[in-house]
Amino acid sequence: MLHVSNLSKSFTLHTQGGARIPVLDGAALAVRSGECVGLAGSSGAGKSTLMRMIWGNYLATTGSIRIAGHEIVGADPREILSIRRATLGYVSQFLRVVPRVPTLDVVAEPLLLLGHGEEAARERAAVLLARLNIPQRLWTLSPTTFSGGEQQRVNIARGFAHAFPVLLLDEPTASLDAANREVVLDLIAEAKTRGAAILGIFHDQAARDRVCDRLVDVAAFTPGRAA
Amino acid sequence: MTAGAARQREDVSAATQRRMVHPLLSVRGLEKRYGTRIGCSGIGFDLWPGEVLGIVGESGSGKSTLLACLAGHLRPDGGQVIFDTRDGPRDVLGLTEAERRRLMRTDWAFVHQNPRDGLRMGVSAGGNVGERLMAVGARHYGSIRGQALDWLARVEIAPDRIDDRPGAFSGGMQQRLQIARNLVTGPRLVFMDEPTGGLDVSVQARLLDLLRGLVRQMGLSAVIVTHDLAVVRLLADRLMVMQGGRVVEQGLTDQVLDDPQHGYTQLLVSSVLQV
Repeated sequence: MLHVSNLSKSFTLHTQGGARIPVLDGAALAVRSGECVGLAGSSGAGKSTLMRMIWGNYLATTGSIRIAGHEIVGADPREILSIRRATLGYVSQFLRVVPRVPTLDVVAEPLLLLGHGEEAARERAAVLLARLNIPQRLWTLSPTTFSGGEQQRVNIARGFAHAFPVLLLDEPTASLDAANREVVLDLIAEAKTRGAAILGIFHDQAARDRVCDRLVDVAAFTPGRAA
Repeated sequence: MTAGAARQREDVSAATQRRMVHPLLSVRGLEKRYGTRIGCSGIGFDLWPGEVLGIVGESGSGKSTLLACLAGHLRPDGGQVIFDTRDGPRDVLGLTEAERRRLMRTDWAFVHQNPRDGLRMGVSAGGNVGERLMAVGARHYGSIRGQALDWLARVEIAPDRIDDRPGAFSGGMQQRLQIARNLVTGPRLVFMDEPTGGLDVSVQARLLDLLRGLVRQMGLSAVIVTHDLAVVRLLADRLMVMQGGRVVEQGLTDQVLDDPQHGYTQLLVSSVLQV
């Protein structure tokens, strides 16, 4: 479902005299349907950079990223938007929402964008929020005032609202207590069972061992390593 | 299903199909000069149905000139602005004055930064909304008032304010009234010039939420000019960055903001204060 090959990335900082910083070189991986692959490597090795290139908010310098048959590198913004709507889900570490929008609507939005009815979308959102132990009295409030752990759970609910065929998870269990961590790991296991291809970053070793079928070490893609 | 309903369904699917092949707006080589000075130059982009395009840049970058040329407020010196009208794609710059005016009353809308430029200050709130309906031929008073009330509710203005003049409204309410006035005729393309400029941040958030909901429910396309990068991140699907009258970078909004390629965009993004 997800194929990355010969991918490289460098940043050119025009505000700092045009300094060119290579961050990834020759990155390659594949994730099949029903499989969860973990990205390993120390902090700064390029795990998040690789994930953002797949999401499309970082441009690849060279190489190829194919998601369910669609090439992301060099794709028109409109194609990427349509892939993000239906095919590719992303749970980032930060929740970015319009202030004032109720939590229930934040979680339901991906379904509304796909044309689901408001009632059905909110019902699905309610089920996920309840499972992730967000108290019902908070559902009508904007998540902008929530604690870090609550925001993360809202973000996860939003990411799992639609059954995306491909999912990117950036530390989905990072600031969760044991009970909520279990819920998230169950959600990931269920997504695998329904055939989702998942690429994740997990610093939590036990979580990684439980859901990941294998690991890819991004240190292998560090530029200049072979030289 | 009645024959009428069946026909309507066919119309809808035909319209949907056409939407897949034609951009709503295609701009090619658009140029505007003020004497020897460049207002904007070499502008080209496609806007698809349901898409929101943000245009950012500092004061004097040409973004307002570009918007004015697109919306027909300024006459460009060259280029094409092709709009997918109900009769097929047409170059708006070649329309007669009467055709252009009809387009601006029906399929197009323009939301000004200052609501006073987009509202009639001497007419009641209900009148402001109803006037645009009457301009497209609505004549039944009861139905006009009913639609005005419906739209006031959608932009969260209490029904008992329908007979008040905009001068009695707060800045945020005036802006919401301007949006109601513009959207009541169900336009397909909305131009917005700094729609949240000059408003308190709490009012801005409310307006952003409203605009996002309307764009999704009505399948609107919009071109939004702003200098506020937080606003485009939340509203725009795609972003164009302007400097000195030219587009220096364009792409997916989060890509341009998170991984800017051009030196000017990098400067712009790194200059935002974090809160």
